[in-house]
Amino acid sequence: MNLSLLIILPFLTAAAVLFCRGLKQVRIVALTGSVAQLVLSVWLLFAYCSERAAGNHSMMVFENNTAWFSGLSIHYHVGVDGISIAMILLTAFVVVAGILVSWAMEKLSKEFFFLLIFLSLGAYGFFISLDLFTLFFFLEIAVIPKFLLIGIWGSGKKEYSAMKLALMLMAGSALVLIGLLGMYYATGSFDMLQISQAHIPLATQYLFFPFAFVGFGIFAALFPFHTWVPDGHASAPTAASMFLAGISMKLGGYGCLRVATFLMPDAAHHYAPVIILLATIAIIYGAFATMMQTDLKYINAYSSVSHCGFVILGIGMLTQTSVNGAVLQMISHGLMTALFFAAIGMIYSRTHTRMVAQLGGLLKVMPFISTLFVIAGLCSLGLPGLSGFVAEMTVFMGSWQNPDAMYRLATILACASIVVTAVYILRAAGKTVMGPLPEGYANLTDATWNEKMAAILLVAGILVMGVAPFLVNQLIGPGTEHIMQQVGQVINPK
Amino acid sequence: MLTDIFILLKQELAITLIIFLLLFSKLGKDWGTENILKLVNLLLLVNLLSGFWYNTEGSLFGEMFHTGKLVVLEKNILNLATWIISLLAYPWLKNHKHAVEFYLLLLSSLLGMFFMISSGNLLQFYLGLELSTIPLAAAANFDLVKKRSSEAAMKLIISSAFSSALLLLGISWMYGVNGSLDFSVLATQTGHSSFLVFAFILLISGFAFKISAVPFHLWTADVYEGSPVAVTAFLSVVSKAAVVFVFVSVLYTVFKPLADLWYPVVFVLALLSIIIGNLFAIRQNNFKRFLAFSSIAQLGFILVGISGSSQGGTASVIYFILIYIFSNLAAFGVVLLTGAVTGKENISDYKAFYTTNPLLSWILTIALFSLAGVPPTAGFFGKFFLLMAGASKGNYWLIGVASLNMVISFYYYLRVVKAIFMEDNEHPIARLSIPFPVKLALYICVAGIVLTGLLGSVYDYIYSLSTGL
Repeated sequence: MNLSLLIILPFLTAAAVLFCRGLKQVRIVALTGSVAQLVLSVWLLFAYCSERAAGNHSMMVFENNTAWFSGLSIHYHVGVDGISIAMILLTAFVVVAGILVSWAMEKLSKEFFFLLIFLSLGAYGFFISLDLFTLFFFLEIAVIPKFLLIGIWGSGKKEYSAMKLALMLMAGSALVLIGLLGMYYATGSFDMLQISQAHIPLATQYLFFPFAFVGFGIFAALFPFHTWVPDGHASAPTAASMFLAGISMKLGGYGCLRVATFLMPDAAHHYAPVIILLATIAIIYGAFATMMQTDLKYINAYSSVSHCGFVILGIGMLTQTSVNGAVLQMISHGLMTALFFAAIGMIYSRTHTRMVAQLGGLLKVMPFISTLFVIAGLCSLGLPGLSGFVAEMTVFMGSWQNPDAMYRLATILACASIVVTAVYILRAAGKTVMGPLPEGYANLTDATWNEKMAAILLVAGILVMGVAPFLVNQLIGPGTEHIMQQVGQVINPK
Repeated sequence: MLTDIFILLKQELAITLIIFLLLFSKLGKDWGTENILKLVNLLLLVNLLSGFWYNTEGSLFGEMFHTGKLVVLEKNILNLATWIISLLAYPWLKNHKHAVEFYLLLLSSLLGMFFMISSGNLLQFYLGLELSTIPLAAAANFDLVKKRSSEAAMKLIISSAFSSALLLLGISWMYGVNGSLDFSVLATQTGHSSFLVFAFILLISGFAFKISAVPFHLWTADVYEGSPVAVTAFLSVVSKAAVVFVFVSVLYTVFKPLADLWYPVVFVLALLSIIIGNLFAIRQNNFKRFLAFSSIAQLGFILVGISGSSQGGTASVIYFILIYIFSNLAAFGVVLLTGAVTGKENISDYKAFYTTNPLLSWILTIALFSLAGVPPTAGFFGKFFLLMAGASKGNYWLIGVASLNMVISFYYYLRVVKAIFMEDNEHPIARLSIPFPVKLALYICVAGIVLTGLLGSVYDYIYSLSTGL
């Protein structure tokens, strides 16, 4: 299968959107394109499974390597393993859902859908890249649409949030850039597979690992660089919030794992205590900060900081199970927050408020939306049967395997944060969907067909992962094994 | 011999021919400004295209004049930029009484740059440099009724006279040390006599003046603000590019023996230019001043690439300049058109520009993104390769400072984008009709911004022609 299709299709869709007139044409084209992309991603999944079943055990499959700037040995090199396919599927789900919930976007609709699709193009390209230059290229492509989406269609202090987000993410990519150049001059190549074979000298790893890890970490809300997350998510229009939390933050987690940890394994061991410390702070701080929020979007945004902390924690613990858990958490969090933001967007578009105190009793007038809201909440607090439980449990188990006392302390603290999560989720959900209905809310309508479609798609993902986690595990297992071989090769875990 | 002259000097002769044609057009009956403008644009296009055929290597006048594939490429780049500026200047020149004279000045300056780039001897270089600067001072004064324009011209002529004096002194010291001014002789000199070092300091100061590297940048903002936009564009793009081309070849040949000495100097100039240029650009409201300071910062990035002194470094510098021409001229084009029609030149005037001029807004936005170095525009590739070349010497903290400064520059470019798309304005700039030449030029620029980066072959071609230290 030709992976470039994954980039070409969104590109064509975006181009087609530009030639449309009026909201109706635009959204049909955008939806067709993104559904086609979803079909393509599912097809990729099956192609991948049959390739593996046929006995192909190389790390990456469907590779394509073409010289791009031959003078500088920069290649357009793409390929996928199970982890990238899981991420691509996640992206495809969220994109379709995002387009469905923006069905009635009247303001500058052409530009809006163009930017959404352009953003997804960056994400697809990022997940299939095996060349660091290509990867960096797609990472930065995904920044600008976010700025415009938040600044033009956002609400509240949108300009401030857009600027803050764009600058912090650019700072992140500037750090990544330094890390990439360091690796390039240590090995003479941008090719990830070659670099992983070449073994970068220890001193170089120690020097450049922090740049790469923190750079990607900014995208993944690494404490203390998480401050763009609440403002950015809260100001963004619904679809953009879904994309930010569901796709964009995953770029960071994936980069931390695939670039920083995989290519500089010694340094990953060396810096593991720091990473774990920051992750634990993020988990606990995020949870407590959420307790204090009164705006639904801020609640979800701060809880994202906490949940993405689990991703970083899983990567920092460096055991096979914990890294598996980190990947699972990325997928789970992507689906769950996308659903959460979608539900919040639906509530906001009807009640015109996101303040918990002003809401109540929504279950009576909009049962469907309220149910979604509760499902997302329960997934967030880790109810068994939903994806959140699977992912967090795996992270905890994997972390516990690391016998160091301090690491276990961190694990215990991270586990304890679930209680706090339960408090804020149950409080917000209880206040919003139950209790007396405020005046003037009696005539509100329930979800429209497009909103239902979007929600069903995301809920299906959450349920499949929650009920049958072994499916996802089988998919990502070989990928994390390869990464752990690389990490384990250098220093055997005690 | 005679055929040699015609082939090797072909680009210079073509420009000279156009200059004479324009001179003669002033004789006899009045042709009308618009017809003349059309004719000139056509001639410049022919001149540009002719640069792509019959290119050979060789030298003339006893090594004074030297040309080769890389030199021809550089001249073609300058030709392209001049043609684009000429197209962009159309709405401004259309109503100007002295359009022909403007072209005479501009093309004389271009001719000087060609001789400068081709020079194989410091004397030839100096002659070319003077020929390229003095007409520009007159051109800067071309908004005949504006006081600021003549102020700009005065500042330009005084500061370039000063820098020329430095260069000339440096050249004479060089002659005193080596007894020759040929690049080929100078490249083989050995030893660090203090005379040589002093000559080097003088020369590099002169160069820094011409390319307005910090701390020799003080004239830039005022001159850019006062001059007509077309001249500002020419100053900030063409004239800077030409001097950078020569600067690279002088550093890599004449000062080859002093490489360990000029490396830290270029390094410091690069850092200062990036930081100071950025910090000042943040505060600007006038669009021309804004672009002036941002161009100082861009120049800092070029110096980072030069400091790499490898084959990739040279290639990245030329490549970046090509991209910079497209990006900066697209930005100047929109500013020029807006200024010529409405007289508005401030960034705050561009608030809600998108509601009235969506096409121009997107062009300006793409241009600014390219200047900021955001993919998929070509600026991203240009900046990346410059930083990559700079990192080849292992000076990662220079790269660190430079790449963090990209974030600062991102802020001020985004400020303009924010004004265009996100801010409200009771009286946005009215809908502008775009004349055909301007439209053509803007489309060329946008195509250049998009394609130069994504097509790896452009870089590979430049790379194959380049040489390092």
